[in-house]
Amino acid sequence: MITALAILTDGLVYAAWLFVVAIGLSLIFGVMRILNVSHGAFYAFGAYAAATAIGIWAERDLPTAGMYFAMAVAAIAMGLLMGYLLERLLLRRVYGKDEVVVVLVTYALFLILEDVLIIIWGTDGKLAYQPYIAAGNVIVGGLPLSIYDIGLVVVAGLLAYFASFAIRKTTFGRLLTAVIYDRETAAAFGVNVSRVFVLTFLVGAVLGALGGALTAPKISVVPGIGVEVIVLAFAVVAIGGMGSIEGALVGALIVGLFRAAAVHLAPALELFVIYAVMALVLVIRPYGLFTRAQPRKI
Amino acid sequence: MGAALSLAAVALAAIAAPFLPLWIVSLVTISIATGLVVVGLIILWRAGLVPFGQALFFATGAYAVALSSRYLGLKDAFLLVIIAAIAAGFVAWVVGFLLARYREIFFAMLSLALSMILYGVLVKSETLGSTDGINVSSATFLGFAPRGQAYTLAVFWLALGLAVAAAVFVSRYLSSVAGSLAIPIRDNEIRVEYLGISVTRLVHLKLVIAGTLAGVGGAVAALTIAHVDPAMAYWTTSGGFVFVTILAGAASVPAAFVGALVFEIIRTASVAILPGGWQLILGSVLLLTILFVPEGLGSLVVRKRGADKAKGETA
Amino acid sequence: MSDILTVSGLEKTFGSVVAARDINVAVPVGQTIGIIGANGAGKTTFVNMITGHLTPSKGKIKFEGQDITGRTSRDITRLGIARSFQVAQVFPSLTVFENMCAAAAIARDGGGLIRAAAASLRSARTLEETEAALTQFGIARFRDMRASTLPQGVRKLLDIAMATAGGPRVLLLDEPTSGISLEEKFGIMDVIMGALKGRGTTVLFVEHDMDVVQRFADRVLAFYDGTVIADGPPAEALADERVREFITGAVLHRTKPTANGGTGHAQG
Repeated sequence: MITALAILTDGLVYAAWLFVVAIGLSLIFGVMRILNVSHGAFYAFGAYAAATAIGIWAERDLPTAGMYFAMAVAAIAMGLLMGYLLERLLLRRVYGKDEVVVVLVTYALFLILEDVLIIIWGTDGKLAYQPYIAAGNVIVGGLPLSIYDIGLVVVAGLLAYFASFAIRKTTFGRLLTAVIYDRETAAAFGVNVSRVFVLTFLVGAVLGALGGALTAPKISVVPGIGVEVIVLAFAVVAIGGMGSIEGALVGALIVGLFRAAAVHLAPALELFVIYAVMALVLVIRPYGLFTRAQPRKI
Repeated sequence: MGAALSLAAVALAAIAAPFLPLWIVSLVTISIATGLVVVGLIILWRAGLVPFGQALFFATGAYAVALSSRYLGLKDAFLLVIIAAIAAGFVAWVVGFLLARYREIFFAMLSLALSMILYGVLVKSETLGSTDGINVSSATFLGFAPRGQAYTLAVFWLALGLAVAAAVFVSRYLSSVAGSLAIPIRDNEIRVEYLGISVTRLVHLKLVIAGTLAGVGGAVAALTIAHVDPAMAYWTTSGGFVFVTILAGAASVPAAFVGALVFEIIRTASVAILPGGWQLILGSVLLLTILFVPEGLGSLVVRKRGADKAKGETA
Repeated sequence: MSDILTVSGLEKTFGSVVAARDINVAVPVGQTIGIIGANGAGKTTFVNMITGHLTPSKGKIKFEGQDITGRTSRDITRLGIARSFQVAQVFPSLTVFENMCAAAAIARDGGGLIRAAAASLRSARTLEETEAALTQFGIARFRDMRASTLPQGVRKLLDIAMATAGGPRVLLLDEPTSGISLEEKFGIMDVIMGALKGRGTTVLFVEHDMDVVQRFADRVLAFYDGTVIADGPPAEALADERVREFITGAVLHRTKPTANGGTGHAQG
């Protein structure tokens, strides 16, 4: 019984984390048809930025409450900066090229950014546990739950809610939907597709950085975290379908719960299970669980 | 013309090897291992398919060697390579039933997922060495048991021989009916079906060939590094293979090996000169290649040859 | 002389849409049939069912006595029925020569995977067939041009030439002259028919241009609303009342009813 609860809570926390990390990737692919490998760099840079902010905050002995705020600000700033620079300098040149070519470009970018990260922050890594510890624990059904983790789930939930709301109710959201569905027709109707692209990329970058920032207090922030995360994010997005918020949510939940189950019941299968589920979904529904079937081209 | 040049280069390398520093010989051997994977990748690339998970077969071949050597007591290098080829080829055949039905980004992602499944299994499996991997003890060569410098050279010559064999085989394949249908498949798959041949089965065949070659590459890597670990199945390893394919271009077979060598040289040099920046350098090279020489460096040679041929052709 | 192709009781429904119903056609060897009908009348569905792109909901298709209903396009081509496409389906990156060579090679050596992997692309027989086809269809002088750069007429000829690889006994041409200017239509059809009739091929072609149909078809199949409403020599079929009303537009519809209650017909 405890195990079932543990699986559920662990799964939810992991799912929340995955959702925040993957939603930016999903959005960027859905709107721009770019499978952005350097999303892993947004994550990593966000984590480092947050860790740095936390470090500064702790050094100056500033009130703990402000720390969370500082993390968010650091992540958003980092995301905006990176997103803008990348889009402006590089991505613009590859719009319209073959999807696979674009992936390779973002992969090259990722490699470059991995080293830029090391150049900025060195190889030592950072520890920024303070926000996690400061939040404390609460006992639920015999299990100690970190309040930070609960907060993570809440944040993910809010993010999902506001994202859905924005997509459905705001003008920008409607424009995004149009572009996701059929870029050419949207352009023919006067949608400024390049502006939509830039804004989407910025949003995606910020979300990626946020994912990293929220994770920073839970891990040791070292070079290479982006590398691990990007392939997990791929799995979530492949399962849920590109460009779908519900998809990212469901994908994150599926991966999170399966992984938690594996960790508690059959630890050797932990990594296997994630990619096995991804492969399985790709087999049954190559476009993911939540995309519309593509119309036949001939 | 190109074939003669390549053979001359190979002969030169074979003869010069004993006189070169060991680290160079090892570097070239590793390049050959990568080159073998890339030669297989080219077959798929030409048909418009970019697999992001060739590390699956590479690691299968490498681990087949390590496990056969340690647990089955098989030491002969030739035998080990054959085992690796069969193991990887078999995996490719099984996986191909699924993978051959996909295209474009979904092909790439499924390929990636499958390789990460293997990674997940390897990392968590104690019997398979987990993250530490398995050491590969020295192999024998038809009864001979060279050690030290002689061993390094033996592995090198074996690798060279395999490279030549692979190059010949793939060149033959590419000029066969099945091999030359790569571009038609990429251009208009439906028309190919209407002309009377199954594209899915052709792709399945390509996967098996590419997988087998990748397995042989893995075997060479296992023998020369004398160690296998789960990183050989990680997505970044697959990324490296794709990287080299871009560098080399899909137009010519020898280019695969040259590209692998260039990649290895850049990587080694970068690590030596700028240890904190080798990914930066590699990433930049990749980026520049994609943006400015999208057909890869091999295409520069092919273009030149094409221009020469056009000049010499009668109207 | 038995019929080379027989279609009996053929029907195709997509959900609630009946695209084709109760089609019965027997085609003697060597005949040339013109298939006419407005868009959506069922012509393409008919062609697609014969060539394996669609599986009939009901009915049978027999080729040379063999039941081919529901088989794949690939199998059907190998058995001896080929088709060309309304929008020419060629390989844009390759030259005209390479396009035809690929088609000939598949026809000759594509029967099995091992054979395809072992056989050389440019074998003597394949090259022979390629040259012959290019000459027959009058496109030999375009041999080194990339297919993506070809003028429309040449593309169509290439598409059809490719379909003839391996010598199919039945060839279905989907709007062979669509996109071709009026002056060129007859010329192109002359080339196509000359090449095909020379081999004794049974031809079914979908056409919208009635002059072309009259000139080149031995027999006309007129489609309307998913079924065949006329089947006979061109002069007869084209004079048919319903054909005139629904297809050739020789008869105009009045939009309002006449005084005596019927829809009436304008003179035409």
